[in-house]
Amino acid sequence: MVTIDYDSELRRAGANANTFWRRVRFLARRHVLGTVGFAIMALFVFSAVFADVICRYSPLTVDSAHALAAPSAQHWLGTDSFGRDVWARIVHGARISLAVGIGSTTLGGFFGVMIGLASGYLSGWVDLVFQRITDILQALPLLVLALVMTAALGPSLPNVIIAIAIPLVPIVARVIRANTLALREQPFVEAAKSIGMSEMRIALRHVLPNTLAPLIVLATAQLGSTILTEASLSFLGLGIPEPYPSWGRMLSESSAEYVRTAPWLVIFPGIAISLAVFGTNLFGDALRDILDPRQRG
Amino acid sequence: MFAYIVRRLGLMILTLIGISIVIFLLLRIVPGNIVDILFDAAGYVDPADKASIEKQLGIDQPLVWQYLHWIGGLLHGDLGYSYVSEKPALEEILPRIPITARLAAFALLFSASIGIPLGVLSAVKQGTKLDYALRVVSLSGLSLPSFWLGLLILMAGVAMFGSIPIFNPNPKTFGEMFSTYCLPSLAVAFRSSALTMRITRSSMLEILRQDYIRTARAKGASESSVNFHHALKNAILPVITVVGIEAAFLIGGLIVTETVFNVPGVARFLVEAIRWRDYPIVQNLVMLIAVVVVVVNFAVDMLYAVFDPRIRYTD
Repeated sequence: MVTIDYDSELRRAGANANTFWRRVRFLARRHVLGTVGFAIMALFVFSAVFADVICRYSPLTVDSAHALAAPSAQHWLGTDSFGRDVWARIVHGARISLAVGIGSTTLGGFFGVMIGLASGYLSGWVDLVFQRITDILQALPLLVLALVMTAALGPSLPNVIIAIAIPLVPIVARVIRANTLALREQPFVEAAKSIGMSEMRIALRHVLPNTLAPLIVLATAQLGSTILTEASLSFLGLGIPEPYPSWGRMLSESSAEYVRTAPWLVIFPGIAISLAVFGTNLFGDALRDILDPRQRG
Repeated sequence: MFAYIVRRLGLMILTLIGISIVIFLLLRIVPGNIVDILFDAAGYVDPADKASIEKQLGIDQPLVWQYLHWIGGLLHGDLGYSYVSEKPALEEILPRIPITARLAAFALLFSASIGIPLGVLSAVKQGTKLDYALRVVSLSGLSLPSFWLGLLILMAGVAMFGSIPIFNPNPKTFGEMFSTYCLPSLAVAFRSSALTMRITRSSMLEILRQDYIRTARAKGASESSVNFHHALKNAILPVITVVGIEAAFLIGGLIVTETVFNVPGVARFLVEAIRWRDYPIVQNLVMLIAVVVVVVNFAVDMLYAVFDPRIRYTD
C-alpha cells in the first residue's frame, strides 16, 4: 500500500506558489541552473551600473611606472602594458558588453519581429521577397557578416551594435514568421476578422502578443552570441576602438606576446567573457524550458 | 525529386547572386576607398595622381559597371588584383585554401567524435548527474570564445614546452603535424562539439520517446541494443544537418583561431584584407565563404533524402 503525502506532492508541483516571492522561490528551486545563470547576469548588470563605485582606479588612467604589474593588493588583477588597472577595465568592460548585447538584440529583434510579422501575416509577394533576403543574409556566418558590416561602417560603439544586429534580423524574422503562419489560422484571429477588425490591428494586437514567448526565448539565446561576436570583433581589432575597455579588445592587445610574460592579461578578460556568456546561456535554457515546454529536452 | 533538385539549384544561384550584390554594395557604402587611405597615410594629396590611380584600379567607373566587371571576371576565373600586393587575387587566395580546409576537416572530425558519443550518453542517462554535468560542460563549450581557448592552449604550450607552437607549412614529424593543425582545430572544435552534442542529445531524446523503442524494450532487446541499434541509427539523421549549420559555425571559429595561432589560411587573410580595405580580396573571400555555406547546406539536404528513405522531396 502506497501512501501519498498530498501536501508535499502539491508543494512540489508548486500549488502553493501563489504569491510572487513563493513563485520565484518555486521556480528557482526547480531550475537551479537557470537561477545560477540569472545570478551571473545580475552580477554583470550590477558591475556595469555601479562600475565607478566598485573600482578604485579609472579604467583609462595610464600609469607607466606600474606597467605590466602582476596581480597584487593594489591591483587585484594586475595592470596592462600602459599600467591601466585590469580589474577596473574588466568591470567597466561589462558596460560595453551589456550595451552591445542589449542594444543589438533589441535592434535586431525589433526589425526581425516587424519583418517576420509582415512576412507571415501578409504572405504573397511580401513574404517571397523577405524570404529571399533572409536566405541571403543567412548564407553568411554571423561573424563574417558582422566583420564586413563593421568594415563598411567603421569601428565605433553604435556601428558595432548595428553590425551585430543585422545578422540577427533574419534569425528572429524566421521564427516569428513561422509562428505568425500558425497563429493566422487560429479561431481567435478569425473571430477578430469577423467583428471587422482591421488587419493591422489584428497583427499588432492579437498575433504579436502571442509570439512574445518564443521571441523572449530567442532573444535570451542570442544575447550570449552577440556578446561573443562583439568580443571576437574587438579581438580582431575591428570592434570597439581604443581606449574603451572592451573585453575582446583587452585580449587582442595582450594576446600571443603576453602569454609568456603577463598571463593575467590573457586569463581574466577571457574569464569575464566566458562567464557572462555562460550566464546568459544558462538563463536562456531555463527560460526556454519554462516558456516553451514543447522544446524541453 | 528531380523537379525539387532543379528548384533548389535555382534558388541557390539566386541566393548567391543576392549575396554578391549585398557584399558588393556593403563594401562601397563607406566614404573613402583604398586610394584615400593610401593618400591619408602619405599625408599629401595630388588630385591628378589620385585620379590616375583610381582609374588604374577601375574605381572611378559607375557601380553597375564595377559589379558586372567583377561578376564577369569571376565566371572566367579572373578575380581581379589585390590592391595591396598587386598580385592576382586568385594567386593570393588559392594557396591558402588547403590550409583552412585541413583545419576545418580536423575540427569537424574532432567535433563529431567528441560531440556525438557524449550527446548519446547524455540522452541515455537523461536526468542523472552525468547528464547534468555533460549539459553544463556543453553549455560552457558554447560560452568560451574560441580565440581565448586558443590563447589558453598557447599558454599551456609555453608551460609544457617553454615555447609557443608556431605554424609550420611543411610538417614532417607527427609532433609538427600535431602542433600545426591539431591544436588550432581543437580550439575550434571544442565549441562546435558542444553544438553537436546538444543536437545529438535532443534528437536522441526525441527518438527514445517513440513507440517502436518501447516495442523493442518490450520484446526484450538489451539496453545497448535499443540505444545503439534502434535509437542512434535514427537519431543520427538530424545530426547530419548539423554539419550544414556547423559549416557557418566553423568559419566563424576559424577566423579568430587562425589569427591567434598565426595560421596563414583563408580566414585570417579575410581579416587582414578587411583591415586594408582590399576590396577585391574581401569580396572574393566573402563570396567564397558564401558559396561553401550554400553548397554544403544543399549537399546536406540531398544527403538527408539519400539516408532517410521516408523523405522524398516532391512538391
